[in-house]
Amino acid sequence: MEWRRRHVLGLYDFRPEEIEFVVDTARSMEEVLTRDIKKVPALRGKTVVNLFFEASTRTRTSFEMAGKRLSADVVNFSSSTSSITKGETLLDTARNIEAMKPSVIVIRHAASGAPHFLSRHVSCSIVNAGDGANEHPTQGLLDLYTILKAKGSVAGRKIAIVGDILHSRVVRSDLHSLGKMGAKLWLCGPATLLPREMGRTGATLTCDIREAVKDADVVIMLRIQLERQKTAYFPSLREYSRMYGLNRSVFSLAKEDAVIMHPGPINRGIELSDDLADCGNSLVLRQVESGVAVRMAILYLLAGGSHAAH
Amino acid sequence: MLLIEGGRVIDPKSRRDETGSLLLSDGKVKEFLPGDPPKGFAGEVIHAGGKWVVPGLIDMHVHLREPGYEWKEDIRSGTAAAAGGGFTSVACMANTKPVNDHPEITRHILEKARRDGAANVFPVAAVTLGLEGKEMVNFSELAEAGAVAFSDDGKPVASPLLMRRALEYARPFGFLILVHPEDHDLAEGGSAHEGWTAQKLGIPGIPAVAEEVAIARDILLARQTGGRLHLQHISTRMGVDLLRMAKRAGLNVTGETAPQYFTLTDAALEGYDTNAKMNPPLRDEDDRMAILEGIQDGTIDAVACDHAPHEEYVKRCEFVAAANGIIGLQSSLALTLALLAGGKVAPARVVDLLSAAPARILSLKGKGSLAPGADADVTVIDPDREWTFGPEEILSKSRNSPFLGWKFRGRAVATICGGSVRHSTLPGVSSHA
Repeated sequence: MEWRRRHVLGLYDFRPEEIEFVVDTARSMEEVLTRDIKKVPALRGKTVVNLFFEASTRTRTSFEMAGKRLSADVVNFSSSTSSITKGETLLDTARNIEAMKPSVIVIRHAASGAPHFLSRHVSCSIVNAGDGANEHPTQGLLDLYTILKAKGSVAGRKIAIVGDILHSRVVRSDLHSLGKMGAKLWLCGPATLLPREMGRTGATLTCDIREAVKDADVVIMLRIQLERQKTAYFPSLREYSRMYGLNRSVFSLAKEDAVIMHPGPINRGIELSDDLADCGNSLVLRQVESGVAVRMAILYLLAGGSHAAH
Repeated sequence: MLLIEGGRVIDPKSRRDETGSLLLSDGKVKEFLPGDPPKGFAGEVIHAGGKWVVPGLIDMHVHLREPGYEWKEDIRSGTAAAAGGGFTSVACMANTKPVNDHPEITRHILEKARRDGAANVFPVAAVTLGLEGKEMVNFSELAEAGAVAFSDDGKPVASPLLMRRALEYARPFGFLILVHPEDHDLAEGGSAHEGWTAQKLGIPGIPAVAEEVAIARDILLARQTGGRLHLQHISTRMGVDLLRMAKRAGLNVTGETAPQYFTLTDAALEGYDTNAKMNPPLRDEDDRMAILEGIQDGTIDAVACDHAPHEEYVKRCEFVAAANGIIGLQSSLALTLALLAGGKVAPARVVDLLSAAPARILSLKGKGSLAPGADADVTVIDPDREWTFGPEEILSKSRNSPFLGWKFRGRAVATICGGSVRHSTLPGVSSHA
């Protein structure tokens, strides 16, 4: 397959063979990570800018690590002040950075569509590292990659995603990465955080975590944003945890060899019980490992290699 | 003296739809002359063969941005866009800076309009001081200064009590209150219609019920008080249903919609197109169909475009950060004429929606009619003219329209205000102020 994309804005328009291609590329990247010297010169002389408008440690570090493993120069630009109220600032900031000739800008922003907007105004590649409640494509890919490694396949497998579906960009990317590879997806959460329109994705919706987890191969727990409670999407964290938290008793309904995933950071004891977070079925740290390989693959495909678009 | 000869004169108020000529004199309609044009007429003549000759179009919902936001639009450019789109009158909303909540502002707008205006301007004053939803404006002073109605458009009165008092207080004077129906709590934080597109794009939603709750509330308050209520830019199916129910119950309630709500759906947001961002938001296909049904069965009285000019940079940004609203004065007629296709509405109904009805709702004397003695405000429409709404056509200072590049059929070819031509694309007809 020939890679033709200049940007990775979301997985919504990825064809299944493109997703497989990224996974294959990530496999060879992971091989690099097993070496003694974990670095290849693929992106030597290229610059990757991490442009983060929302606090994030693990995603930013993961991209930084990925870029460095490929010998790119990685520059981090963080701005805690959201540019949502002053739109021109985002474009100005991006254009300023673009003037320094990076190959790739990795952007995280609170506004859905911010990376799409930038991609229309700058000439370098844009990678979406999470935009509002829209997508988090590299998370979607690393979730797929992690499941493939653990299970060998996703087609036909029951995968339950539990939590704040309404505001989750992870869900909106997982629906594409896992859905397009044939997974049977279940979305579960309190009715206030489970929009009915999501049924149009082909996923099954339920407000009953037991129904979602029953016979599941994979259970993906989402982080509950603690501030959501203030806007009264649910009565209290105690109630949330009781109804939508994953604990031993609920997890026992899943398949014997079911695995637990979480995009992090975990609110221990709220959406995921402490013991399950660290149990043998938990793939949480494997997700972090996969993240570096997948992000290396994306950076490589965009900025280096014979398949690079430019 | 101006003779518009040989056109199809459509004047729903006089129940006229026939070929003939219209004689204008001293700023008034003098008479309708049926059949062949009179021979040997000495004054100025507009040949309107094959065209429609209709009472000057009236847009009862525009934002002229003056005073305070003249870089977006001013009275001169806004009324030029109006005349270019066939409108001889516009009613401008109060969310200027300062807010039109004081007779001085109303008089200022009217003065500027008399001096710079290519169309008549009818100011709508605020319902509450500063659009703050706390204290009522001085209704009678504002009405005397020239305000034709009252509206907190854009920042609807949140308190049901204050809304009740406003409707009740205004009733004996016959003052009309226009409402932008939106429950702020239900809509808060939203940027797009709460539906599939918003879910797919991860944009926080504005549910249809935010509009419907407000419509229901204000209809019930109108019922309680007997006040005159007009619902602005209805965009939802249940909104139309509620208005229909109110009318059946004999309440003094009217309603308008905008061309965007019967033309587009939230699918236009794909790719985060900020020119499709507005409030109320573009809804779904079922809502769009309901708006069309409401127009067809007469539930919706008028079409008004909610002309909302914005400079480029407040639209050239992230979707949720972008300003709401689109310009509409030069596309409104063509989009409404598109309803003729398939016989959804008759030509006389289009004229009613865009002229007679707004004149009736706002009680504009001498407007919305071509009866002898009416003001000589006339729009000549070529219903078959094909044209493209390109940026070079835009007379507004702003270009925020999702219809740019659209191919239209039908446009105003002459706009005559008070007997003088304010805009024309007809050969040999020049416009003068």
